[in-house]
Amino acid sequence: MSAHADATSTDGLLPGSGADLKATTTGIENKKMLMWAFLASDCMFFGTLISTHLIYRKIYPGVGDTEIGRDPTKLFSLELTTFSTFVLLMSSFLMALGVSAMHKGDLKSFRRNVLGVIIFGLIFLGCQTFEFYEFFNIKGLSLQNNIFGSTFFVLTGTHGTHVAIGVFWLVCMWLYSFTGRFTQDHAMDVEVAGLYWHFVDIVWLVIFPAVYLVEFIGKLN
Amino acid sequence: MATATHADEIRAQIPHQKSLIGFYRPDNHKGLFDWLTTVDHKKIGVLYGAFALFFFVLGGIEALMIRTQLLFGNDPAAPDRWQFVTAQTYNQLFTMHGTTMIFLAVMPLSAAFFNFVMPLQIGARDVAFPRLNAFSLWTFVAGAFVLNVSWLFQFALYAGWMDPAVADGVDHLKRAMNDIAPGGSWVGYPPISSKEYSGIGTDFWIMGLQLLGVASIAASLNFIVTIINMRSPGMKMMRLPVFTWMTLVTSFLIVLSFPAITIALVELMFDRHFGTGFFRVELGGQPILWQHLFWIFGHPEVYILILPGLGLISEILPTFAKKPLFGYPIIVFSGAVIGFLGFAVWSHHMFTTDLGKIATAAFSLLTMAIAVPTGVKIFNWIGTLWHGRIRFTTAMIFACGFVWNFMCGGLSGIMHSAAPADHQQHESYFVIAHFHYVLIGGAVLALIAGIYYYFPKVFGKMLNEKLGRRVVAPLIIGGANLTFFPMHFLGLNGMLRRTHTYLKEYDIEKWNQICTVGAFLLAFGVLFFVLDMILSVVKKGWAETAPSDPWDARTIEWSTPTPIPVYNYATLPVVKGVDAFWISKYGRPDQKIEAAPEHGDHGIHMPSQSWWPLLCGFGFFLMGTCFALSSAKNFVMFGHNLNQFVLVGSAVGLGLAVLGIILWALEGPGGYHLHIHQTADHGKKSPKDSAATAAH
Repeated sequence: MSAHADATSTDGLLPGSGADLKATTTGIENKKMLMWAFLASDCMFFGTLISTHLIYRKIYPGVGDTEIGRDPTKLFSLELTTFSTFVLLMSSFLMALGVSAMHKGDLKSFRRNVLGVIIFGLIFLGCQTFEFYEFFNIKGLSLQNNIFGSTFFVLTGTHGTHVAIGVFWLVCMWLYSFTGRFTQDHAMDVEVAGLYWHFVDIVWLVIFPAVYLVEFIGKLN
Repeated sequence: MATATHADEIRAQIPHQKSLIGFYRPDNHKGLFDWLTTVDHKKIGVLYGAFALFFFVLGGIEALMIRTQLLFGNDPAAPDRWQFVTAQTYNQLFTMHGTTMIFLAVMPLSAAFFNFVMPLQIGARDVAFPRLNAFSLWTFVAGAFVLNVSWLFQFALYAGWMDPAVADGVDHLKRAMNDIAPGGSWVGYPPISSKEYSGIGTDFWIMGLQLLGVASIAASLNFIVTIINMRSPGMKMMRLPVFTWMTLVTSFLIVLSFPAITIALVELMFDRHFGTGFFRVELGGQPILWQHLFWIFGHPEVYILILPGLGLISEILPTFAKKPLFGYPIIVFSGAVIGFLGFAVWSHHMFTTDLGKIATAAFSLLTMAIAVPTGVKIFNWIGTLWHGRIRFTTAMIFACGFVWNFMCGGLSGIMHSAAPADHQQHESYFVIAHFHYVLIGGAVLALIAGIYYYFPKVFGKMLNEKLGRRVVAPLIIGGANLTFFPMHFLGLNGMLRRTHTYLKEYDIEKWNQICTVGAFLLAFGVLFFVLDMILSVVKKGWAETAPSDPWDARTIEWSTPTPIPVYNYATLPVVKGVDAFWISKYGRPDQKIEAAPEHGDHGIHMPSQSWWPLLCGFGFFLMGTCFALSSAKNFVMFGHNLNQFVLVGSAVGLGLAVLGIILWALEGPGGYHLHIHQTADHGKKSPKDSAATAAH
């Protein structure tokens, strides 16, 4: 029989046996692997959206013929978006502290840090809501009036939805931590939520340059 | 159900257990409730298969209606022109035929095999996430129903129960409520799928496909984790049966390709509902973007359909040739290479859209390259048969039919890869001939071979071999060839696909009639096949009882007793090589499958059943149907304006789905332990000695 080298040797581990439910062939927990595979899938979601935006940016250098002008740099408020980007980045830092606290079984520290993540996430969402409000009501950019509006709102809106789902998830976890059923055994659940949160953060670190900063190349003096 | 007696005995001993949210877990039910709440991968597999066969028959009926319409050409001079269905219905028929066969028949039938066979092949007791698996099943069912419920509303319109009239006389609103079943073809190109040119059928199509995407991605994530993480001791990656390998490759393809169509569908939905300009020319949108996004998904989808078939064939040929698979690592490697290359050839569906010379040449070249790993597989299968002791069971006949027919489809595929030739063949019946050779001659023949092969394991009954050899196989394989071979001629003579009729003077009526006869022969074959299956399961004494290893097979799923106990393996098997069951039966004494030692006396951990995945599926169905109906803002039935009702309905549906997920999270995984006292060797446990306790 063929004897092929295999990095994931299995001997000694009993996945799914009654003795130890957490034993897996690779030693990586099932939930964690599922989240990694899902994030690979989510990369393709955002990849498709970002490509759509960039393709139309290349075809139509202006933002359209509407009153808001043909230059996206006049649309964006770089100070606001930089601030919300920084807040989201820092929320990832708090998330990492929360995960670490849970691994140590420090429930109080976990609650404190996750509450911070929730607040920072809400600040980000608030900034985005303000930005959408300003673009739509004051600067006159809508889903319908040009293609930039379509791609911009759908792309950043999808990201905002991801942040909102993350906030909802963390709020559920934070509330659940008061039931007494949430122990150090659930550290992996927190870690999985953390993976998702970091991913959403990283996606924003792609969107921010690709959608906002790139428009300012050669225009800031 | 074959596992019923065994399961019932054990299930009767499960103590009533409350979940963390205070409801009783549905572990002790029998019959319908058991099936609705099941988390057992075998039962979920059977349900996937049953739904898939139902939709396979439905899609087949749609195909027969298409062929009946094309039976006679159109003679403008003759007063009584042949018209079996109207042009509008014809559009809906070919749209739903394509969508049904791909998403509701072949994919779920593959999923049935993934579910039933793969955990057994890797020596696991279930998939990694049993409730997520149930969620995938019910979400798939929801998506399938959303797509097909559109037919019922279309009939309601024809019956006069619905009122398409609008007060302000807006043209597209009127069309919206006239065109209720999807009619924009399975590729849904804008502008045909835009609000201006299609009715709410496209909304049903969008919602249905979104749900099917959710189901497929969730199932695939589950399979990926299961295969990588749940293997029994000694089951190294390069000892996995080829079918499991192909499950893994297919799952990765699904996970990475479905997002493209999900986003494309979201963009199309926004175009239709909120007036965005993604594909709308009047706002500067480019419809060709849809084609790119669709085929970035659509081409990997082709391999999602065929790779499970390639896996099944790689199980069946060695068994009935009594030889190991020729070049196991090469077959595995070729499957993975097909998966990789599948992402790099999408534009060969778009050669006629003027991509530019460089792009066309590159995609042409890559498309030709994909023939190499596929050809390698064909030669490996021939090498497997070479000098084998071949038994021509029905499964083997279908498997050999697969190799030949799939190769025919592959050869015409290589013809398409040459861009100049593709310009001649594009959008003609030549393309129809090509992809039916790879889908029926390929995927479907392989899946039928798989059903003949695995039916004894699933239901404990042998399908009728005589009927299979003498009636089913000739009718299906012969009928398919009679239907689709003439389409090569029709296509090269210029007959276009998706056309409602053709002129009599084109002189293509004869070949069309031969195609139609072939289609009906194929349908009779399927009819006998399905009837035999149903009677074997339902009617006592119709079919012989199957032994646990009827084919003298090679992989470890055949080492389980039939019917398979709920826990699959009483003790996890320690695997000693490729074809582990074969070497255990006929190899050296040290190659026998051993029982892995269990730590302590915990018993076997079983997952608890749950209602919540079903609730999610129901919520999704309500949401999809109501959202599609609300999209025209003009839903009037029996004289009542139901706009508000369906709007609320779609919100309630989404709410129910979210509620299902929350309750699912809150109820806790639960589970119970089965204690099976060993009475004899591996795999022979007496259920009478078993007992169940609640998990701590």
